[in-house]
Amino acid sequence: MLYRENGQFKASYRADQQIFPILQDRVAIGLLLFAAFVLVPMFASEYLLRAILEPFLILSLAALGLNILVGYCGQISLGTGAFMAIGAYAAYNFEERIPGMPLLLALLLGGACSTAVGVLFGMPSLRIKGLYLAVATLAAQFFTDWAFLRIRWFTNDSSSGSVGVAGLEVFGVAIDSPARKYLLCLAFLVVFALLAKNLVRGAIGREWMAIRDMDVAAAVIGIRPVHAKLSAFAVSSFIVGVAGALWGFVHLGSWEPAAFNIDRSFQLLFMVIIGGMGSIMGSFFGAAFIVVLPIFLDALPRWFGLNVDTALSSHLTYMVFGALIVFFLIVEPHGMARLWSTGKEKLRLWPFPH
Amino acid sequence: MKFNSLAMIAGLVAAAGALVAPSVGAQAPAKEQFFPLLVYRTGPYAPNGTPWANGKQDYLKMIDARDGGVNGVKLTFEECETGYATDKGVECYERLKSRPGVALFDPQATGITFALTAKTTADHIPLVTLGYGLAASQDGGVFKWNFPLMGSYWTAADMLIQTIAAKEGGLDKLKGKKIALVYHDSPFGKEPMPLLEERARMHGFELIKIPVTAPGVEQKSAWLQVRQQRPDYVLLWGWGVMNSTALKEAQATGFPRDRMYGVWWSGAEPDVKDVGEGAKGYNALNLNAFGQDSKVMRDILKYVYDKGQGSGPKDDVGSVLYTRGVIIQMLGVEAVRRAQERFGKGKVMTGDQVRWGLENLSLDQKKLDALGFAGAMRPLSTSCLDHMGSTWARVETWDGAKWGFSSGWLQADDQIIKPMVKAAADKYAAEKKLTRREPADCQS
Repeated sequence: MLYRENGQFKASYRADQQIFPILQDRVAIGLLLFAAFVLVPMFASEYLLRAILEPFLILSLAALGLNILVGYCGQISLGTGAFMAIGAYAAYNFEERIPGMPLLLALLLGGACSTAVGVLFGMPSLRIKGLYLAVATLAAQFFTDWAFLRIRWFTNDSSSGSVGVAGLEVFGVAIDSPARKYLLCLAFLVVFALLAKNLVRGAIGREWMAIRDMDVAAAVIGIRPVHAKLSAFAVSSFIVGVAGALWGFVHLGSWEPAAFNIDRSFQLLFMVIIGGMGSIMGSFFGAAFIVVLPIFLDALPRWFGLNVDTALSSHLTYMVFGALIVFFLIVEPHGMARLWSTGKEKLRLWPFPH
Repeated sequence: MKFNSLAMIAGLVAAAGALVAPSVGAQAPAKEQFFPLLVYRTGPYAPNGTPWANGKQDYLKMIDARDGGVNGVKLTFEECETGYATDKGVECYERLKSRPGVALFDPQATGITFALTAKTTADHIPLVTLGYGLAASQDGGVFKWNFPLMGSYWTAADMLIQTIAAKEGGLDKLKGKKIALVYHDSPFGKEPMPLLEERARMHGFELIKIPVTAPGVEQKSAWLQVRQQRPDYVLLWGWGVMNSTALKEAQATGFPRDRMYGVWWSGAEPDVKDVGEGAKGYNALNLNAFGQDSKVMRDILKYVYDKGQGSGPKDDVGSVLYTRGVIIQMLGVEAVRRAQERFGKGKVMTGDQVRWGLENLSLDQKKLDALGFAGAMRPLSTSCLDHMGSTWARVETWDGAKWGFSSGWLQADDQIIKPMVKAAADKYAAEKKLTRREPADCQS
């Protein structure tokens, strides 16, 4: 009833090609952005900002990057943790070694380094496909684990192998309070999400999707597989690299290679699969599911005043979480983004379905 | 499908509401000092993390049951499972730090310590890292909020080298020897390296570094290197499942166990029990005595376990890591008591005040005896500049069935450690753009 586009006529191509063609969607997104940029920093508790929203935003960004590669271009990657690590360590080195390096530039340069390595490890994708490619990208993971543990130059000769940053500043504003850290991450996420959405709607996104659906057919109609695949690797690892730099700089503050180990790669891949492959929205759903749900499940017994043993509650979290993953994959194998769009379709007809 | 999506939205709304709730709802009544307990009772480090966590919790329960808290201030606690993972640890820290009356954090992991060091400085909460953490944080002039009480990895490494030298008949006999460091490939395992390198340079022994990928269940290649390089001694820097695996591999490789020396995190019952006879002769440092005979353990059994409120099995009370947990908690409670002496008895202390208490601990033998820790540890006294307090430890040897002390109390060589700590702290301060604390700041 409320969610209906009757009477909204599109008089130009421009109007027809908007990201959100329906007025209600535009209003909802506007309200959401207002809430995220204004209300949340004003009212949310420090715990909510630092421990839940911040990791959610950063991992959403990483999942978004991975989704471009896996969901849009169909190249499975298990090296996401590695590209995050490259982003983080490269940004750290730029920040540490070049005096007066602005934070934003360091983060973006971290992403650029990650792009270079991403393209390098994307080369095998020209020859190998599917699961074999996944195994090849594992090499990136193990290589970076090794490099950042062993090559002391990367960690600035830190005796323990752990690096850290302090005194973050953007345009003279110190990024010290939880609200400012949150806003920095949010700004990155919004800008990159918008860029990514426009990329996948444009010619290059269509090339990626053509390669994903059938690469031989795509090549026949004139799409260069080299260009399409490597550009997907480049864009994806850039976004993932920036997310990694944010994870190290803003969220952890001090980190070691274990923060970007193989578990992180799996976690991000699961976000994309559960959230919805080939959907920008799905990256957010997946990140929310994987980041927020375990924390929520873990805290659930305490809110009901139950005094559960720590180990038991931790095990229960894993079990319920695992069961929910299976449940969602059975109910909707195409991910939560598909559930969302089905819900919207139904809502258009509500309350008179035909 | 519509029902499903509606149910999902309802669930998400409920979840969001619930996430906001605790910050509003949890208002503890006054006169409670809260001890957040970061623990790991699951994962590959659980066998060692569990007794440690039990000891910390039981001591708080015992003080509440026996004394009614500290001068009438009740001690409360809540556990949070970190699984030894840094990001989980950060989440736990954020969850628990804003509770009323937070005393201090003991993250039980070097990686988490690194991530929390900057955060506790901003939040004014002390970070106690007894026998672990960042060695340079001994320097209270730079690390105002870190307390590596009783020892760091540098003091541990120093004592181990001294022990080996004593066995060889003097530090000069170390020349030309090969000492291998088999370490957990993480900040925890890398922390001792600067000191070992310094000692190697001084005495002319060769240091071989052999990393073991965390968590350390797969060590074949590491021990192959040991077999190839034939070191005279192996220093074991492991934690959790890595220790027992290393001992089994040493047995398989045929490396003599009596030439293996572990840090104090590699010398508890769970590390050797499964190996049994195979670990006979293995040595490790130990910061504390153990057993159920001391007064504090008897009190814990009487006031906590006899009432059925123990956190673990009764037999584990008094084990090596359990006792260490008790000592950590005792030092925290004594810091609160010390702070109350200055800032008002029977009041809830703030993080700043607890830090003052930790900086002014003076536990002589008489006090330790009164607390029931006679023989469990050496006296300890901290100051504004020295956040460690003491560097004593003993070597224990596994006889196939139980641990027994095989040395007297050892002490790290301050002549070597002090300049290194100062240099490392200065480097840290320069990197983080910090200035050393003024003498006046010590009074706050």
